[in-house]
Amino acid sequence: MIMRGIRMDEFLWRVVLAATGVALAAGPLGCFVVWRRMVYFGDTISHAALLGVAFALASGLPVFLGVLLCALAIAAVILLAEGRLHHTDTLLGVSAHSALALGLVAVAFLNGVKVDLMSYLIGDILAVNWQDVAVVWTGAIGCLGLLIWRWRPLLVSSLDREMALAHGQNPRKESIIFTLALAILVAAAIKVVGALLITALLIIPAATGRLGGNTPEKMAVMAALAAVLAALLGLFGSFQWDTPTGPSVVVAALFLLILASLVARIFRPR
Amino acid sequence: MSAPLIETENLGLTYNGRQVLHHVDFAIQGGEIVTIVGPNGSGKSSFLKCLIGAVQPTEGHIRRKPGLRMGYVPQKLHLDQAFPMSVDRFLRLAAKSTGSERAAMLKRVGVSDASGWQMAALSGGQLQRVLLAHALIGKPELLVLDEAAQGLDQPAVAGFYRLIEDVRRKLHCAILMVSHDLHVVMSASDRVICLNGHVCCEGTPTVVSEAPEYQRLFGHGTEGALALYQHHHDHDHDHAGHSHG
Repeated sequence: MIMRGIRMDEFLWRVVLAATGVALAAGPLGCFVVWRRMVYFGDTISHAALLGVAFALASGLPVFLGVLLCALAIAAVILLAEGRLHHTDTLLGVSAHSALALGLVAVAFLNGVKVDLMSYLIGDILAVNWQDVAVVWTGAIGCLGLLIWRWRPLLVSSLDREMALAHGQNPRKESIIFTLALAILVAAAIKVVGALLITALLIIPAATGRLGGNTPEKMAVMAALAAVLAALLGLFGSFQWDTPTGPSVVVAALFLLILASLVARIFRPR
Repeated sequence: MSAPLIETENLGLTYNGRQVLHHVDFAIQGGEIVTIVGPNGSGKSSFLKCLIGAVQPTEGHIRRKPGLRMGYVPQKLHLDQAFPMSVDRFLRLAAKSTGSERAAMLKRVGVSDASGWQMAALSGGQLQRVLLAHALIGKPELLVLDEAAQGLDQPAVAGFYRLIEDVRRKLHCAILMVSHDLHVVMSASDRVICLNGHVCCEGTPTVVSEAPEYQRLFGHGTEGALALYQHHHDHDHDHAGHSHG
């Protein structure tokens, strides 16, 4: 009995740590996604993650590395091809869904590897081991570290490209750093929420944070809090009602957004 | 004469196969006010973008004074509701400054109460003033304004340019502006450059307004543009050729 108790305890810790690690970084990063109006870009990068999974399984690389490399490769293609022949919107649509489809097809070609695709599409947090938790936190700290290190230039370049240039900054560099942070987070989060739902965990808490903050910093902190709370509530709900964990976290985030909107509506003086 | 703050030599820009600028030689000295005028599509904005480094010229050179501090007031700021940004936070983004410096700057540009307001909630005129404060808070040696008074009504435009003149007197920075508000802008300038892909003519406002190249570009209808501004001061409304009944 005691043995079982400890094991249960350990299992819970793993799950909670993995979920909060992803959420903590997703909140502030999601603010930048919203500010830069790159929601669709975020979607594309996370869809590319599935291709990364296939790549990792085929090459024997760790999933984190495979996803990271693949996400960066897709991002590079988009950033280089941007504004050439097709509209960015078209380009993103093509890459997002092609990467997803290619990933699904590629996984089917992997002989002898039995892959539970659903676990990469919507996440399978209950299966995380300590190594996964370490990967998640390394990714989350790396992502947050990038954001904090480049905070001011990232903000200025998200605000106005030309203003950033006049300040002597290089918006292209900031956009690469933002993309890198995004790719790291996607790679860290794929086991937790899955390729299809990462964007939701970026956008929904950021929208919640917007309701509570009058400066970018307050919004980012609120978004981080909202994301962590959503992760905890989602986990709880998932255990309670035996629902898939990734989607439960997203539903919890949505629930918090609706709640915050109602509260903001009541308390904001008109 | 000391080295110019910024200087271009034989600058050319080809964009999407169209030559927007060619053979532009330009320099601005410390403390000077220079206005670039030109019709729509004359490459004014592209030229400014080259100067601030937003666009790489396809020909020629740009030389900036090493460590040049530049303040930039864009035409407009694409800031939407998703971006929470108080005026005070916006000013802190520009340069390190103390609270009292920021308060003094907001007072100088005429929006002393704006500190806690949200950027997205500002009116056009307030936003222009805050953008000016943002550009000035880093104590620039060169202030660059890109059609900064666009979207303001006529009295507000005049007020905005008076403010810029006033700022120059107090802060001693050079000012480079691009405008089509000829009649308001020109009298404040030391030098006017008439641009239409290349420098058509340049000189003092009076010289430029009388230059045949300028008149060909803008037609004789604006010949009185300069005078129109002057009569704002002496309230001689007859000069424009009609009376207000």
